[in-house]
Amino acid sequence: MARTTGGPLVIGVTQSYRFAMSFLSNLRPGGRHGLSSREARDAIGLAVAAVSRLAQSDLIDRVGLRKQAEQAVYSTTRNGFRVATAAGRTFARSGRRTAGARPANAASRGVFDLTPTDDEAMLLEVVRELATEVLRPAASAADEACAAPPDVLAAAQDVGLPALGVPEELGGIMEERSATAGALVAEALAQGDMGLAVATLAPGAVATAIGLWGTEAQQQTYLPAFTGGSASGVPVAALTLAEPTVLFDPFELATTALRDGDGFVLDGVKSAVVRGAEAELFVVSAMLDGTPALFLVESGADGLEVEADPSMGVRAAGLSRLHLTGVRVDADALLGDTDGTAYAECVRLSRLAWCALAVGTGQAVLDYVKDYVNGREAFGEPISHRQSVAFMVADMAIEVQAMRLLTWKAASRATRGQDFAREVGLARQLCTEKGMRIGLDGVQLLGGHGFVKEHPVERWYRDLRAVGVMEGAVLL
Amino acid sequence: MINLETPKKHATLIDQAHQLAMNMLRPISRKYDRAEHAYPKELDMLAALIDGVSETGASSGAGASGVRRDDSADDDGGTVRNGANLASVLSVAEMCWGDTALLLSMPRQGLGNSAIASVASEEQLDRYRGTWAAMAITEPGTGSDSANIATTAVKDGDEYVINGEKIYVTSGERADSVVVWATLDKELGRAAIKSFLVRKDNPGLRVERLEHKLGIRASDTAVITFTDCRVPAEDLLGSPEIDTKSGFAGAMATFDNTRPLVAAMAVGCARASLDLTRDLLERAGVVIDYDRPAQSQSAAAATFLRLEADWEGARLLMMQAAWMADNRRPNSLEASMAKAKAGRVGSDVTLSCVQLCGTLGYSEGELLEKWARDSKILDIFEGTQQIQQLIVARRVLGLTSAELR
Repeated sequence: MARTTGGPLVIGVTQSYRFAMSFLSNLRPGGRHGLSSREARDAIGLAVAAVSRLAQSDLIDRVGLRKQAEQAVYSTTRNGFRVATAAGRTFARSGRRTAGARPANAASRGVFDLTPTDDEAMLLEVVRELATEVLRPAASAADEACAAPPDVLAAAQDVGLPALGVPEELGGIMEERSATAGALVAEALAQGDMGLAVATLAPGAVATAIGLWGTEAQQQTYLPAFTGGSASGVPVAALTLAEPTVLFDPFELATTALRDGDGFVLDGVKSAVVRGAEAELFVVSAMLDGTPALFLVESGADGLEVEADPSMGVRAAGLSRLHLTGVRVDADALLGDTDGTAYAECVRLSRLAWCALAVGTGQAVLDYVKDYVNGREAFGEPISHRQSVAFMVADMAIEVQAMRLLTWKAASRATRGQDFAREVGLARQLCTEKGMRIGLDGVQLLGGHGFVKEHPVERWYRDLRAVGVMEGAVLL
Repeated sequence: MINLETPKKHATLIDQAHQLAMNMLRPISRKYDRAEHAYPKELDMLAALIDGVSETGASSGAGASGVRRDDSADDDGGTVRNGANLASVLSVAEMCWGDTALLLSMPRQGLGNSAIASVASEEQLDRYRGTWAAMAITEPGTGSDSANIATTAVKDGDEYVINGEKIYVTSGERADSVVVWATLDKELGRAAIKSFLVRKDNPGLRVERLEHKLGIRASDTAVITFTDCRVPAEDLLGSPEIDTKSGFAGAMATFDNTRPLVAAMAVGCARASLDLTRDLLERAGVVIDYDRPAQSQSAAAATFLRLEADWEGARLLMMQAAWMADNRRPNSLEASMAKAKAGRVGSDVTLSCVQLCGTLGYSEGELLEKWARDSKILDIFEGTQQIQQLIVARRVLGLTSAELR
């Protein structure tokens, strides 16, 4: 664009040019309806577009051609409506600004072992039952509604999921760092349903983050509510790292935090926010002095708006976007350090959780298609008797186990306090690529039956695509 | 407690294997790739060195002799064992990081030795101590369908008389004995297949010729014929009874133990390519970042991340299979999973690394092109990719070999 060096005339020309361009861009299809900005309309295209506009207009509604008027209320299943965030509870401030309690790292005997501890095995038994008896039966309807039913959320609370990553001395259930237990739990839940797993694990992600990086004040202010010390139940909470941009890199955020007196002012848009409209507490990532950092934002803060963002899958988690416009938070809102160390660990632990979810859903696909291809007959015998079918199942079994082992390795390193950047990077790579393949083959093996909602494989296909694009929401 | 790190107990052994691979195998790697069929005399000293280490009991053996499932007490103070199988796969991987063909040529570490360790009686084990045994299964008309072999063994008094032709016998010329599969009665199918140990000085055994190969050229691959070859009855490995119920299982049990080893070879060979390629890329200014999204890095870095993730999967599946054997759990499924994954990953990694390094990787000036040739056999011998998939599919789907053929 021309700068102001050319005087008023140039400015005037520039402005009318801009006006003309924006008018033209309205006629141009690019940027909307999934069309590339390189698309251009010709005469027939313009005529068709006009008819299409008419077909969508209110006019035909007024003459009674359409049955129902849409209501402009927040709905988790429709994009575009923005509302203020939930009023939320008031978290009573207490404690000092000194470093909070930290979970101890687990010790290692240095023995290669694939056996969960007795505690983990007991926990798994309970969670598997929850996944089979509660999550799986509710999955299809929750996917449709883009919301997790209250009884599912209550059942998860009863099991104590929100406090899983919180150390015992802060009211949690684990004596030591519990990333391994978390990975096993996430895997088991996602075997029931990934969307509901995300919905039930989301508050725990925020609690775990506060347990890992919070000051004493932050831990005493927020954690009691998550560990059952609150009459109003566990707060709905969301860890929000992702942003709706192409080539999103969690270490290069568009959301900013500017220092303002003693506090900060946050601006930006976050995506993949679990149950955003109901959330009472957010952990928001933003660039502070050029380095990503985490901030605790309560839903009552001014300048917050939430917008439903139903996506391809993980719909039961009620995905939404969080708009932050000049949101002021005080100095106590900063969660963790300002040199990016805590943030990098947060990104890794979140990816680890997504890996575990992918393993669980991948296993669900394998178990389902196994029975299907053995039962479905074609040409006089089960289709599993054909190598082209059987080998797809074999590859699924091989890759889901490889995904599991990589995820476990990263999780167990985190549990012992070892560096796990490489391991989680590789696990995410494998879980993204092979998880997607498993989803794809799951539908393929059922043929047309896989494409319709009578079977869950089409949902798993959509859910497994999430693993590579998601950042935040869950954390181990 | 879940832990997928290299066992602390085996750290010294693996370090030793790595040093051997770096300082004894790498310096002669190209030499014997070029001089196919020349005997790598340097290995005699290496084998003596390894024997020395084994004698002290400080290690669990660097290779094939370590696959026996012994019942000795656990020494970790817990219930979980990290034993000879894990030690073997990890040290074999290190040695193949040095050179796969030279590992296969290691005196007294033949695949026949694995077979002996897997199925021989205690008495036979004692009697065969110190032998270098090659493995002869494949025939001109029989590859993956090893139940269909035509080599016969006919009982004659206290001896068996063996007749037939075996191909692709690794170390067939250099070994001093051969474990050969032959059928006692073709009508009775796989149950009648038994393995015999035949000494190389047996007049009925003849090494016909050596193959010229794509890769692992330092390893000799022989064609061996058996003509009225008489072996003492006590050299039949395992039971002489034809048990139609479990018959073939005995012979096939060898594979449960050797497949993780072949997976280990692929894991080691592929890591050689990854290590060098990473270094060459870094020198060219491409740094692999595990935190940043792959698609925001260079295409080379993204490719590398994909390869390394697959490789890590293969390595952990290999460790899982060995760990299960150490803990006396049936591991046919896991052994085949490891072999299938490692076999294909070995090829993908080594070939892709040549691509990343361009003509530098393609040239004999580096070893990358050699590793890309060596890796191919690892997706073929001890059961091809397709055979592993069949085994995995049958196990997972609960199908018999008659249902899923």
